[in-house]
Amino acid sequence: MALREQYLIPKKYNNLSLAFMAVGLLSIIVLFFTHGTSSDPHEQTRFWASLLQNSVYFLLVVNASMFFICATTLAWGGWQMSFRRVTEAISACVPVIGVITLVILLAIVFGGNHEIYHWTDAEHVKHDAALTFKKGFLNKGFYTAWSIITVVGWWLLGKKMRQLSTSIDNDPLTIEEGKSYIWKNTVWAALYIILFSLTVMSSIPWFWLMSIDAHWFSTMYSWYTFASSFVAGIALITIYVVFLKNNGYLELVTREHLHDLGKFQFAFSIFWTYLWYSQFMLIWYANIPEETTYFEPRFQGVYRGIFFLNLIINFLAPLLILMKRASKRNYGTITMMSVLILFGHWLDFYQMVFPSVSKEHVPFMLADLGIALGFVGLIMFLTARHLAKHPLFARNHPFLKESIIHHT
Amino acid sequence: MAIKKFVVGCFYDEQVLFPAVKQVRKAGYKIHDVYTPFPIHGLDAAMGLRDTSLHTAGFIYGITGTTVALSFITWVFTTDWPMNIGGKPFFALPAWIPITFELTVLFAAVGMVLTFCYLCQLAPFVKKDHFHLRATDDTFVMAIECTEKTNEAEAQQFLESVGAVEINTQYRETGWWMGRYDKETKFFSEKAEAIS
Repeated sequence: MALREQYLIPKKYNNLSLAFMAVGLLSIIVLFFTHGTSSDPHEQTRFWASLLQNSVYFLLVVNASMFFICATTLAWGGWQMSFRRVTEAISACVPVIGVITLVILLAIVFGGNHEIYHWTDAEHVKHDAALTFKKGFLNKGFYTAWSIITVVGWWLLGKKMRQLSTSIDNDPLTIEEGKSYIWKNTVWAALYIILFSLTVMSSIPWFWLMSIDAHWFSTMYSWYTFASSFVAGIALITIYVVFLKNNGYLELVTREHLHDLGKFQFAFSIFWTYLWYSQFMLIWYANIPEETTYFEPRFQGVYRGIFFLNLIINFLAPLLILMKRASKRNYGTITMMSVLILFGHWLDFYQMVFPSVSKEHVPFMLADLGIALGFVGLIMFLTARHLAKHPLFARNHPFLKESIIHHT
Repeated sequence: MAIKKFVVGCFYDEQVLFPAVKQVRKAGYKIHDVYTPFPIHGLDAAMGLRDTSLHTAGFIYGITGTTVALSFITWVFTTDWPMNIGGKPFFALPAWIPITFELTVLFAAVGMVLTFCYLCQLAPFVKKDHFHLRATDDTFVMAIECTEKTNEAEAQQFLESVGAVEINTQYRETGWWMGRYDKETKFFSEKAEAIS
């Protein structure tokens, strides 16, 4: 059987991605003129908060793909090798979306609007004991430097991992070369994981999202953000695997691989709920005013509906629907759940950002969904470009055989 | 309890066992079971076994645990003995989730272990029968059940042709007891013959 190794971008797909990007751009422009140019800082905030939420969410989602690659590499896993190029292609979106995110973040920090990040207001910080105390961490210089280091680090280390993968496409390895190749992969993956744990698993959610509520803090927050973005990242990978499979590519991917991706979605949905609950329950139980401010607009305020919808989509639905073995192995069910989870965690990020900047009323969500669609189009566009550039199988990778005979 | 007849053959190699299972099924013989000293990936699929229902049982035990925990705590703290704990409402659902979770896990785990023991007929003082003792050591043992249509000599010959060794015919009592000892077997009383 000859494998279809060369991915050809369908015209319809390409047009769709361009159309999505146009919708996204249009939404940004409309939102900019209705809110961004307003003289009321609160109205402006709505514009920037929407950009912040969408860009950070989609950056973390595509970045989760590289985390998946590195985690499986470190574990010497072989089962993912038959769709490894898909994860690589998704992670190739990181540089572009990363730069967009950086531009948005720096515009918020240096733009003179202090509604999102209160700690950027030097006058305010002087009279605020808590923010003065946090000044060593929450200041413009450190924020900027660390954000840039983070995105550049993800980009370069991710690029190195992708290069390692594609570099052996045309020369088969001997056993000795294979061993040193695996070792080289392990070292670079370990470096990436270290950077990842210093960023997504700790400091980056503190900076980018938690500092919106500058007075409030939660030690669960970064893990919670990581779990959210990782499960959404797995959902994105699953959608791409099913999509390519439907178009007659990825012949080596079977239901066994799909089953394992479904297990990941199921397990990390539960993991996300565990972290969500650990954060919520302690704050609810202790009932200290400085901690409960975070949940006040979400749990008891106008965001109550979204708060519970978030739990239903991201916990109850995966728990009940993905529990059965048959539904994890069914292409239709798993695709539906992936889309639902991607949307659910977008909603999760929405309720992380918006209740903090717009406590009194829920902003009309259509524009945010439009911008989200724009990012989806961008991911579609970039991922397909990378998929078409390289063979769809890491054909000389020492672990490929393990993936072909994979059996759960 | 009816007595059934089995044609038993041994295999030393997975590479032989898998095609043999396939051929035996194709020839129309009824495989009673294949006994192996360790789990073999894909053998259940090759034998055409259906998926176990153990996980369905586990789910039911789990939701039973959830229900028991939630309804009991609710009854205690809202009806039977309401207590003001730290100014929380009497129906303090978030505080009960850990207990509910624990009870769910406990019910599911204990229930599944007991169900597993029942399905495999494992219990204290029940001794398991072996068609061939080396199925616990290094040999894969296939037992073909003889129905009224099965010709015993043909079945033995067929087993030999697909690569089985040490073929013989054995009788066992059927029913729930299947696998229970009727008579004492002395383990390793005879020296096992060497594989040539």
